[in-house]
Amino acid sequence: MGAAASRPFPSLLDVTDMISVSDLTPEALPAGADGVLLRFALKPGPAAMAAMQSLAAELAETPPAGMAEISPALVSVLVRYDRAATSREALAADLMARAERIAAERRPAPAPARLWRIPVAFGGDHGPQLAEVAGLMDLSEEAAVAGICAAELRVLAIGFAPGQPYIGLLPESWNFPRMSALNPAVPQGAVTVAVRQIVMFTADGTTGWRQVGRSGLRNFLPGREPPIAFRPGDAVRYEPVPAVEFDALRDAADGYGGAKLELRA
Amino acid sequence: MTGLAIRRADGLMTVQDAGRPGHMAEGLSRGGAMDLLALCEAAALLGLRQVPAGIEMAGAGGSFAVTKPTRLALTGAPMAATLDGAPLRWNCAHLVEPGQELRIAGTQAGLYGYLVPAGGIATEPWLGSRAAHLGIGIGWLLQSGTELPCGADPDPLRPARTIRADERFEGGRVRVMDGPQTGLFEPEVLDAFFATEFTRAPRGNRQGVQLDAPARFTSEHAAGLASDVIMPGDLQMTGEGLPYVLMAECQTMGGYPRIGTVVPADLPRIAQAAPGASIRFERVALEEADRLWRDAGLWIAEAAARCSALVRDPATIPDLLSYQLISGVTAGDDLDLTA
Repeated sequence: MGAAASRPFPSLLDVTDMISVSDLTPEALPAGADGVLLRFALKPGPAAMAAMQSLAAELAETPPAGMAEISPALVSVLVRYDRAATSREALAADLMARAERIAAERRPAPAPARLWRIPVAFGGDHGPQLAEVAGLMDLSEEAAVAGICAAELRVLAIGFAPGQPYIGLLPESWNFPRMSALNPAVPQGAVTVAVRQIVMFTADGTTGWRQVGRSGLRNFLPGREPPIAFRPGDAVRYEPVPAVEFDALRDAADGYGGAKLELRA
Repeated sequence: MTGLAIRRADGLMTVQDAGRPGHMAEGLSRGGAMDLLALCEAAALLGLRQVPAGIEMAGAGGSFAVTKPTRLALTGAPMAATLDGAPLRWNCAHLVEPGQELRIAGTQAGLYGYLVPAGGIATEPWLGSRAAHLGIGIGWLLQSGTELPCGADPDPLRPARTIRADERFEGGRVRVMDGPQTGLFEPEVLDAFFATEFTRAPRGNRQGVQLDAPARFTSEHAAGLASDVIMPGDLQMTGEGLPYVLMAECQTMGGYPRIGTVVPADLPRIAQAAPGASIRFERVALEEADRLWRDAGLWIAEAAARCSALVRDPATIPDLLSYQLISGVTAGDDLDLTA
C-alpha cells in the first residue's frame, strides 16, 4: 500500500484548528494540466464550508463554458475544463467573480436537493464503541444515538475510497479526536465518528475512528446503477433500527440497506 | 471475435486503457494505464486513432496466443519477446497467427510493458472504461488460462511498423508545474527541492510512487490544512518531508501539502522509473506546462510521426531476426529494443 493508504484515516476537519472566520480569502489556483481550484480558505471553517457549498451548487446549476468536471472538497472546488473550449485564465476569472460575489453576500449554504434516510443499527456488535463515545460526552448510549439521529447532516465530501462519505457536522459535543490506536477491523457499512464527522465505510478497513453503528447501505456497488449512492451536498438523516433487523437490511438485493432517497424540489 | 489467450502469466498483468475520468466527486480516480504514452505509441503502430485497451504487464509478461490472425503491438518498458522462439523487436507491431506462441520475458528497463491487439481488448466496460482498478474490486489480475475477447484486426496485412519510443525508462528530468499549495512552501525549500536528485524508492504501485533523498522538504503551513482534491501527478509531501507522486489509482482527497504537479507528458517517466532510478524535478512556468499538454489524440498523432516501416521484406526473408541470430551478429536478446 502507498503512503496515503497507510496513513491513519484522516479527518477532513480538525475542529480544534478551525479558524473563527468571517474572513474568506478566495483564490483561483492552477490544479494540474486542465484544472483550476477555487479555494475559500486554507483551513476549514463554517463560513468557508458554506461558501464552497454555494459555489458548487451554482456551478452545477450554471456551469462556466468548457467545464468538464467539478469535484468539491471541504472549502475548495476543483473544476476541470476542456482545453478546446476555454482557457485556464478565463475559467479562473469566472470562478473568482463567482467566489467573490458569494463571499461578499455571505450566502448561507444552499438547501440540499436530496435527502437520504438511512437505517442504522447502533451499539452492541454493530457499534462496539458506542458506550465509549457516549462516555466521552457524559451521555447515555440512548442519548448519544438520539444526538446522531436528531441532526440533519450533509455529505461534506467523498474521498479516500469510491463513495466513502465524510458526513457532518455533528454538534460541538462530538468534537473529540480520532483514537491514537487504530481500530484493527471495522466492517463494510460501519458508521464511525470523530471530530464532529461521520464516515461510513464502503469496505472493510482499519481506522482511528470509533464505530458506533452499522448500516446495510453499500455506498459503492460497482454493478448497481448508479454505482455510487451519495453525491456531495446530499442531506443525511439516520434512523435507528433494532439489531435483529440489520441482517435483512444488509442483504437487500439493491444494496441500499433500506436507505431511502427523497428528492426535494 | 478474436481471442487473446494467456497461456502463462509471469508478471502482474491487467487490462488497462485511458481510464474513466469524470468521477472525482464520487471518490473515484481516473485509473487507467500507468504509462498512457505506451498505449498511444501502440495505437500509432497499429494505425488507430483512439487509445485502445491493452494488457499492462508489470515486471514481466508470459506466454500468449491468438485465435485469429491479428497484429499485436509491443510498447512501454522493453522486454525480450519471441514468436515461436524467434526474437521479436520491441516497439513494433507484429502479425501473430493462430498456433504461434508469443513469449514475453521480464523487463530490461522500466517497469510496465504493454501488449496491445490491433482490435483492442473488448472486455465489458464499466463507467466507460475497461481498465482494471483492483483496489476497488474492478477487473482482475490476469491468470494463466484466461482468454480475453478482442476486436477484429481492421487491417492484419498492414505492413509491420516500428516506433522510435520516447525514452523514459531510466528516470531523468521530470517537469513540474505549480499547484494550489506550492505557495505554502518557502522559496528556499522550493529551490532546494528543485536542486535535489531523488531516488525512486522501493515503495510504489498504481496508487503512487515514493521518492527518497537525504534532505527533507516541509511546509510550516501543513498542520491543520483542510483536506483537498488530489490527482495523478501531484507531488504530495508526506509527514516525513519526502515526495510521494500520486499515480493513476490515487485517492481523490488528501491532507498532505503538495509542492507541485508533474506535467502529464512526464508522468510516464515516473511510472517507468524502477527502484533506484534517479529523478530530478524541474519547475516550469504555467505557459510551458500548457505548451507541453497533449490530448490522447495528439499524443497518438505525434507518436505516428515517430513510426517507420520495419525494414524487412517478409516475402524474401521470412524471419530476418532469427537470420541475424544464426549469423552470430547478435545473441538475439540484446537487439536494439528502443530504436
